[in-house]
Amino acid sequence: MPNVKKLIIEPLRKTNPVTVLVLGICSCLAVTAQLKPALVMGASVTVVTAFSNLIISLLRKGIPSRIRIIVQLVVVATLVILIDQFLKAFAYNVSKQLSVYVGLIITNCIIMGRLEAFALSHGSWESFLDGLGNGLGYSLILVIVAFFRELFGSGTLLGYPIIPSSFYEAGYQNNGLMILPPMALIVVGIIIWIQRTRNPEMQENNQK
Amino acid sequence: MIKKLRHFVDKTKPNFTEGGKYAWLQSTFEAFESFLFVPDETTKRGCHVRDAIDLKRTMITVVIALMPALLFGIWNIGYQHFKAVAECATFWQIIGFGLLKALPVIVVSYITGLAIEFAFAQIRHHQVNEGYLVTGMLIPMVLPPDIPLWMVAVATAFAVLIGKEAFGGTGMNLVNPALTARAFLFFAYPSVMSGDKVWIADQPDAFSGATPLGILANGGTNLPDAWTMIWGGIPGSMGETSVIAITLGAILLLMTGIASWRIMLSVIFGGGLMGLLFNAIGANEYMQLPFYYHYLMGGFMFGAVFMATDPVTAAQTNTGKWIYGLLIGIFAVMLRVLNSAYAEGMMLSILLMNCFAPLIDHCVIARNIKKRQKRAIVQQKTFAR
Repeated sequence: MPNVKKLIIEPLRKTNPVTVLVLGICSCLAVTAQLKPALVMGASVTVVTAFSNLIISLLRKGIPSRIRIIVQLVVVATLVILIDQFLKAFAYNVSKQLSVYVGLIITNCIIMGRLEAFALSHGSWESFLDGLGNGLGYSLILVIVAFFRELFGSGTLLGYPIIPSSFYEAGYQNNGLMILPPMALIVVGIIIWIQRTRNPEMQENNQK
Repeated sequence: MIKKLRHFVDKTKPNFTEGGKYAWLQSTFEAFESFLFVPDETTKRGCHVRDAIDLKRTMITVVIALMPALLFGIWNIGYQHFKAVAECATFWQIIGFGLLKALPVIVVSYITGLAIEFAFAQIRHHQVNEGYLVTGMLIPMVLPPDIPLWMVAVATAFAVLIGKEAFGGTGMNLVNPALTARAFLFFAYPSVMSGDKVWIADQPDAFSGATPLGILANGGTNLPDAWTMIWGGIPGSMGETSVIAITLGAILLLMTGIASWRIMLSVIFGGGLMGLLFNAIGANEYMQLPFYYHYLMGGFMFGAVFMATDPVTAAQTNTGKWIYGLLIGIFAVMLRVLNSAYAEGMMLSILLMNCFAPLIDHCVIARNIKKRQKRAIVQQKTFAR
């Protein structure tokens, strides 16, 4: 298995689903106001991408290509409902915070993207790793964004106050813009900016 | 003195040119040199038609045009303060107090903004340009006088980084950086940017310092009289209160041809149009307000003269300028009257139209091409006959 490392590591960096393929932006915006929901969301999406990739890859020779989207959706939806029920049973508070966004994992473009682009044409072990890697790549960005948004927006991390109260007495205030959804996109934009500046080969040549 | 300075600059120059000790600071050095002395480099080949009005002169003209509003603003900070605490004060006490409040904000804005500009110029091996001169002056003028300085620094950094450098620096930005800074503060720290406690410096608790727009947004109707609002003795951001001072700046900008009269006129026209429309509907007291009151309150005139006309972020085509300005005026008054959560609609409406300006231009040009093509075809047909 020579490319295990590549399949897991590449989606964290050069083929990151959020910053390079710009998929899954909507949920990135919705669940990153705090770190905890972001972590749970990242983990859920990772599980769903990994296992849906695995299952579809196993079924790929038996799926008629005309109805493949329906089959994929059935698999993904089943997994998402499992996750949803699991969260409701063992992490009720977070599940409540995430509300509809767990259910909306079904529509997450990353999952369908990986199924179409990878699982339908690769072996099961590779597909599983690819799903895992992409899920982790998504989680990574989610956690980075949520880290900054919670730290500057609420002054806490995972709910624990980080910014000392002496700061507040000196006139520091939490940044309300960080809590608002637009800031999630701006933070993602800054991550993309930094990533592209550090990897010049990623910049498209747009000069006419 | 001048000779000594020149000598010093010449002596240190080799350090900053290629191969020198501080070669990586070259553009910083160049910025200071051309700030101190007019560059004596001339073009070597061919003939060039040169216009005297370069970026530096444009920017300085706008800064000069801002001066009446700035000076009045400094006086008004002091005037409002002493009025609120009910003390008598001499003219110089008023000015002194105003300077004490205004200068730190201006200094912080310039230092933060220029530091980022210089840093980016070094990294990108660009020359430092004068684009920040105006922005650095505009930012303090659209903020309340008591704004904490660290917030000014954060907002300036955000505006220059995200509003400008992310798009490629001066001349490439999509939205007005000064308004980006204000919008950032408005959404990030609403407690220092709205309400009736922030517009007068060191305001006593019992006193209500609501701006006319604030009064209206809360359903009140006892506005200051129109004349006070015209000369500007009302609470508000540093530069926005006096219509007269802003008009002086506008005259300079129009005479030098730096700002577009089309945009100014159409913004005013659009605001009036919407005001008249609301007068016709007249569903509540805010709607029944005479339409010209919208010009006197808040940042309408300041926005129309100094913000909407920003040559980088405005529409470029002449027809586009009319559409752009008209929509700014319409949206500004619409936001003011219909959405009391955003008492000042001018900022949001200019930012919105900044985003649409390229699209407006595109449509205008596409339409023009189509029109001329049609004409060409008609001509061809006539000739063919």
